[in-house]
Amino acid sequence: MKINYWMYAGPAHIGTLRIATSFKRVHAIMHAPLGDDYFNVMRSMLERKRDFTAVTTSTVDRHVLAQGSKEKVIQNITRKDDETNPDLIVLTPTCTSSILQEDLENFVQRANLSTTSDVVLADVNHYRVNELEAADRTLEQIVVHYLQKLESDTIFQKSKIPSVNIIGVCNLGFHGQHDITELKKLFYDLGIKINLIIPENASVCDLKKLPEAWFNFVPYREIGLLTAKYLQKKYQMPFIADSPIGVTQISKVIKEIEKILVASAYKVSFNKYIQNQTRFICQSAWFSRSIDCQNLIGKTAVVFGDATHAANIARVLTMEMGIKVLLCGSYCQSDTTWFRQEVQSFCDNILISNDQNLVAEQIQNLMPDAIFGTQMERHVAKRLNIPCGVISAPIHIQNFPLGYKPFLGYEGANQIADLIYNSYTLGMEDHLLEIFGGHDTSVIIGKAIESKIGEINWDNEALVQLSKIPKFVRQKVKNKTENFAQSKNISLITLDTLYQAKAS
Amino acid sequence: MTLLDRDLQFDCETGNYHTFCPISCVSWLYQKIEDSFFLVIGTKTCGYFLQNALGVMIFAEPRYAMAELEEGDISAQLKDYLELKRLCLQIKKDRNPSVIFWIGTCTTEIIKMDLEGIAVDLEKELSIPIIVARANGLDYAFTQGEDTVLSSLVLKTQARPKELGSPPLVLFGSVSDFVAEQLSFELTKLGVEVEGWLPSSKYADLPSLTEGGFVCGINPYLSRTATALMRRKRCKLISAPFPIGPDGTRAWLEKIALAYGKNITGLEVREQEAWDNIKSLVNQVSGKSVFFMGDNLLELSLARFLVSCGMIVYEIGLPYLDVRYQRAELDFLQRVCKKKGILFPKIVEKPDNTNQIERILSLQPDLVITGMAHANPLEARGINTKWSVEFTFSQIHGFANAKDILELILRPIDRKSFVDMHF
Repeated sequence: MKINYWMYAGPAHIGTLRIATSFKRVHAIMHAPLGDDYFNVMRSMLERKRDFTAVTTSTVDRHVLAQGSKEKVIQNITRKDDETNPDLIVLTPTCTSSILQEDLENFVQRANLSTTSDVVLADVNHYRVNELEAADRTLEQIVVHYLQKLESDTIFQKSKIPSVNIIGVCNLGFHGQHDITELKKLFYDLGIKINLIIPENASVCDLKKLPEAWFNFVPYREIGLLTAKYLQKKYQMPFIADSPIGVTQISKVIKEIEKILVASAYKVSFNKYIQNQTRFICQSAWFSRSIDCQNLIGKTAVVFGDATHAANIARVLTMEMGIKVLLCGSYCQSDTTWFRQEVQSFCDNILISNDQNLVAEQIQNLMPDAIFGTQMERHVAKRLNIPCGVISAPIHIQNFPLGYKPFLGYEGANQIADLIYNSYTLGMEDHLLEIFGGHDTSVIIGKAIESKIGEINWDNEALVQLSKIPKFVRQKVKNKTENFAQSKNISLITLDTLYQAKAS
Repeated sequence: MTLLDRDLQFDCETGNYHTFCPISCVSWLYQKIEDSFFLVIGTKTCGYFLQNALGVMIFAEPRYAMAELEEGDISAQLKDYLELKRLCLQIKKDRNPSVIFWIGTCTTEIIKMDLEGIAVDLEKELSIPIIVARANGLDYAFTQGEDTVLSSLVLKTQARPKELGSPPLVLFGSVSDFVAEQLSFELTKLGVEVEGWLPSSKYADLPSLTEGGFVCGINPYLSRTATALMRRKRCKLISAPFPIGPDGTRAWLEKIALAYGKNITGLEVREQEAWDNIKSLVNQVSGKSVFFMGDNLLELSLARFLVSCGMIVYEIGLPYLDVRYQRAELDFLQRVCKKKGILFPKIVEKPDNTNQIERILSLQPDLVITGMAHANPLEARGINTKWSVEFTFSQIHGFANAKDILELILRPIDRKSFVDMHF
């Protein structure tokens, strides 16, 4: 047992559901008690999806606990099959119901006999993997399920022009929707056709077309790597799992793509494109060269987040802006080797942990000029009065902006540069205001309000009641009550007055 | 015999509906009981839910923590007693609460962790009261979490033997201090003194319960607490509709006053005053139709109030209906429907959301009160919605707060006319 009140990554079933709901015409059945389906709320409220979330619960209650699900799970599956005719139904337990150790695989097989849709059990250990690892695994499982159906001697016709599969972008991803748009732009510019994007908005019936692409692209290594490795092993498809975050890394990724195309006997050079984008179109490289960015050289930062974002943002800070990263860390403990390798050339203080207290402690010891982390670090930063930019999941409503805000690609590089610059500058503004004793207009305004209603008194009872009202509405209630009292020519406010004012 | 002469019809569906896990009660109970600490003993699923439900509050280091069960705990390799002792010592040292609540979850039910047994011994060893409440999703829904906590709290109260004179009055249910004092004030005006509230803002102020004393509930989902008070503490339950809306508040006050033989003549005027204050709001909702998908057990009382305002209620979905505890409210609903000449709503226990969506799309009500899993998709289909959870966190009890309820109801209805112009 351990005490905790914060998790960086969610439980396993959330990962499975993110993948299942990203596909078109796929329905997930959750074998779980009431209340475990808050995923539906997250998807509907954070991503503001307009469709009903295709997740139903096969409720685990006392009866199920005592006698087993019996026919309940199968009935729920066949009902969904009849009602909405999905291509695939994914059955998943949650960590609670997995303890029941019901033979869910058996239910799936029996259901498969009477349904038109495929039925699959998400095969994940709920106590050993977290949301990201489960998503990675479920995506691989679904892809394998459909590819294995094909005849072993099927010959795949590679597309005539170079094409790519983008693997791993799914529901509830950190700026995921914008990143997809940016990737589409990038590949269009490079003259590469997009074969499939999975699982976001993909159909499982199309999965058999995966091997037709020339290579696979995994923008976030936390989700999609297993699938890419499988496709490499089975179909000898090369893949790139480096994220195009920041101009330096984008160039590197484009060169990798070039290498793959050239190796497939396709003559191409992207050098001119890279040069043009880096020097003129994208603004972040020019910004790094400009004078106001010089002010950032030597400033310090702490970076923490998922492996992809933490490593790449730390690189941007160090290599492109001359900022010293005092500590770079991630909560993706299963990816420690890769992370260390990636980061060690520009930061020697590496922290792999999912204990937010440890991270907060380190930040407090180092007191950097800015922090780039998750929502938790944002609040630690507020406490310590250090400017902070959010660069990674866990997701928050802020990470689903209506406006276009990718983190990948050339526009992403601009967004990141803005984020970094604004964090340092606005932070400096506050310091300057402090130094020059700023914000002195508030004193004058405050005095004006106080003298307006000076004739009204409050009796003790009413004052006590007022003091119990939460601070952030207290002034409002005070003003409303005093205005009400004035309008009724009351000079002494009692409890009665207070209640009447509220009702008016 | 007309349609209105029949009785209310009850239906029961599959129970495939969305609601919050009962451990969500921690989010308001830790704020109400100021010197408490809530330890939820569960898994990552529970923890992640609370993290998202508490939202920003999580960063203020609230008096709550998850005791996350790991593989070793599940496979009974680690001794529960020692583990819980270690955690409670840490809590005592860091936060120094007056009481620690252990919230059992589905997982502790399934692995049959003997929380009550461990609590009794650990309490003595650490000299701090430990109260166990099994607020799990196997048995309960959402607000019923509070019911499990309060019914456990009942067992911790001091008992007093029957006394001479007027029996004391204890009110139960967690509402903000402001609302509690407002209602106590109303009762004082009628000549009835409130002995105490369960829960109290401080653990030390927990009222003692006199045998034969009167108790009355403020919320419709507290049937277990009512039963515990009656059976374990031999209190007398005053059965009344709940103080939601001017009509409900009057009926609630009346029932209590009558139990004490007090004069109730002033109440009719009080109720009318309250209705007059919200007249323009009532006019705006009158004649509009509403559908409750159901998730927080407040539905029956809210529906009854809305019918009094002249709204047409098509359906009342709700997770669970304790017919005895809600008897007064059900009778009230029937009377109000007859008085307003409105057809009885269909009452569906353990609703099936898929079926309800079908009914909603064919009925096209003016407003659907639903949870956040369905609100946005319904809005995208042109159906006005009001998210139900807001009623749980807003102040809705008493004469004055009826205004708040109607303002919440009107917000989506008002918006529709603006949005329709431009969409």
